[in-house]
Amino acid sequence: MNQYETVFIVTPVLSEEQMKEAVKKFQEYLKEKGADIVHEEHWGMRKLAYPIQKKSTGFYHLVEYKADGQLIADLELAFKRDERIIRFLTVKLDKHAVAYNEKKRRKAKEAKGETAQA
Amino acid sequence: MAQGSSEIKYLTPIAVDTKKKKYCRFKKNRIKYIDYKDADFLLRFVNEQGKILPRRITGTSTKYQRKVAQAIKRARHLSLMPYVADLLK
Repeated sequence: MNQYETVFIVTPVLSEEQMKEAVKKFQEYLKEKGADIVHEEHWGMRKLAYPIQKKSTGFYHLVEYKADGQLIADLELAFKRDERIIRFLTVKLDKHAVAYNEKKRRKAKEAKGETAQA
Repeated sequence: MAQGSSEIKYLTPIAVDTKKKKYCRFKKNRIKYIDYKDADFLLRFVNEQGKILPRRITGTSTKYQRKVAQAIKRARHLSLMPYVADLLK
């Protein structure tokens, strides 16, 4: 099992619900294939640095998970076939990357805790 | 005549380029992983056209320059950074 991280961009023409459905489809796909989701982040609607398929914005979603390498090819094929996804990137995380992400999450959590107390 | 020219005195010392030693910020701060999602940080390693700056300007070590380049390319793919731009900064 390796740890991977996938960021994908969902087309902005969808409604909030349709977008959530698209995200959910891939979450379930991962779970079904035996991947272990470690962390998820939804960045919301963001402006793209350059237009993709004539769209200038998109919904960004990030998933961090543990999975076998064979799963990645299938997942990327599913991304390619889904026309709601305009861009995706999967990266294998090495030990430094895993440590970095954990640290970042811990920091975010602490910051959240502090604001909740205040 | 020759003596006269050497007599020039400056009120403030002239700014002679004192060479500041360049260093690799990743080695110095012990940064092991460069996040491709952090576009604001990566912006320091590109010029205003969005091109990756060479090592001789940023001072990054070879090892980390490769990682910076990889991270910038990933950020470009995800449209977090532009491939080409004008007046990025």
